[in-house]
Amino acid sequence: MTDIFILIPGRTSKQGTTLNEGKYTEGYQTEINTLKMNPDDMERLDIAEGEEVRMWNEHGSVVVPCCTGKNELPPGLLFISYGDKSSQLMPGETHGTGMPDSKGLDVQIEKIAT
Amino acid sequence: MSIAEQPTNKTDNPLKIVEDATCTFCGCVCDDINLTVEGNQITKAQNACVLGKAWFFNHHIEERPEALIDGQPATYEQAIDRAAQILLESQYAITYGLSDTTCEAQRVAVAITDWIGGCLDTTTSVCHGPSGMAFQGVGEVTCSLGELKNRADYLIYWGGNPAESHPRHFTKYSLMPKGEFVPNGRKDRTAVLIDVRKTKTAKAVDIHLQLKPRSDFELAWALRALAKGLELDDSVEEKTGIPLAQLKEVMEGMKKAKFGAILFGMGVTMTRGKHLNSEAVLALARDMNKHTRWVAKPMRGHGNVTGADNVVSWSTGYPFGIHLGRGYPRFNPGEFTSSDVLGRGEADAALIVASDPYSNFSQPARDHLKAINTIVLDPKLSETAKIAKVAFTTSTYGINEPGTVYRMDDIPIPLRPAFDSPYRSDYDILKAIENKIRKHQLEAVNAGLKAGEFRIVSGCSSAW
Repeated sequence: MTDIFILIPGRTSKQGTTLNEGKYTEGYQTEINTLKMNPDDMERLDIAEGEEVRMWNEHGSVVVPCCTGKNELPPGLLFISYGDKSSQLMPGETHGTGMPDSKGLDVQIEKIAT
Repeated sequence: MSIAEQPTNKTDNPLKIVEDATCTFCGCVCDDINLTVEGNQITKAQNACVLGKAWFFNHHIEERPEALIDGQPATYEQAIDRAAQILLESQYAITYGLSDTTCEAQRVAVAITDWIGGCLDTTTSVCHGPSGMAFQGVGEVTCSLGELKNRADYLIYWGGNPAESHPRHFTKYSLMPKGEFVPNGRKDRTAVLIDVRKTKTAKAVDIHLQLKPRSDFELAWALRALAKGLELDDSVEEKTGIPLAQLKEVMEGMKKAKFGAILFGMGVTMTRGKHLNSEAVLALARDMNKHTRWVAKPMRGHGNVTGADNVVSWSTGYPFGIHLGRGYPRFNPGEFTSSDVLGRGEADAALIVASDPYSNFSQPARDHLKAINTIVLDPKLSETAKIAKVAFTTSTYGINEPGTVYRMDDIPIPLRPAFDSPYRSDYDILKAIENKIRKHQLEAVNAGLKAGEFRIVSGCSSAW
């Protein structure tokens, strides 16, 4: 049984600048495909900086590199820039609002076996 | 508009200065940008933030076909014909996007949707749509950004990270500027951040309430209770992660303020609770007016998403999530919003204007969008353009096209374009599609009249 983390997809400055350069640029793709994690959580799960992890919930599964979140994140919280990867983990259900649960998603994490 | 053209010795391209150009990257819609334009390239963007500079420097003319039909290059005329045919033949089309185009283009998109009896939705539904629902529930105590600049001495940023998403909000409108009643600028203001993350915004404020995830609703109601003078127990801390003593301290500061503002982002609207979270925040601002002046403003994202709300509201009476198939508007988020219509596999055609839902929607919605006839208008290549039956390359609003956009505080602002584009504007393309649709519908009506029949063509499909 792996831990349940809470994923917060969001906007970043780098995402905004690289978006203008183009969605197919390396800068944009790196930004939206990199997961940020609390350093203590990374150490506990033996995940090295930049190492790939599988992140999944009942809606989807993605593989992303993981790095520390510059002390922005408390333990148990994950961050990723909005994009294709975060959308794959988003439910279709909007609970009558038109808005899917787009932040605060329950996800699980595991290291990719090498 | 003040545009002065000067010759330059460095290049054959004429050098042009565009004063007070408008940046349409985010909802701040800063209209004090001085652009240096060399030919078809903006080389300087004085006063722009890091996001604004990226916006202005990267919307140069790209070498792409003016349109694609089924992935093959086509002329505008061919693509307009095909788009009109798709929309006329649809039983249940949906129009979506609209937040990165002019109000003039938005009006035409609304008209097209009305003529064909489709569903009308904008990116608001996956942004501050829940706040739009909350406005209807509890109202909105609001103000302009100019009032914030000149009056606000207590600011609460809630569920947003303006240091990264709206960089000039701090310097131009809220945190830093010197104003008439806050002559010392930052020194006269107290700033609080309510966020689960210790973001860059946390470094700019005086107090960071780092709440537990998914407890915005409870925190807002705890503050509402304190505003009313009710006693709370320590279970507040257990739920929200914020000590009661600290909450009381913040509430004392809020009551002593002369003009307070809650500026809330998508941390409020996108998290479980959604419109109920927004309602709680708006109600808190309303309640605070028993003590002193307080307002609450949503921090809007895209350059003209506020314009989309305004245009759609004045056209139909509702801001988003509208069905026009019965000849009158019906508003129902959850039923007529794009995520739901597509996620349930209902629409049979989509008109996507300046948006990329194939990158941002849930997988069921994306799968359906790929399966139906989709028409896309976008200045840049996107995943949605790649899966579209008809994809138009357009000019960029604000950089190539004039028009009107609304700042996040509902203030309309004119655009001052920098250079011409060989591509057509959203407005021109949509107007051509609308004309085709109307011509066909009117011909069908006239043919019916001649044959002694009377048929209502608007609001239902008819054979091409």
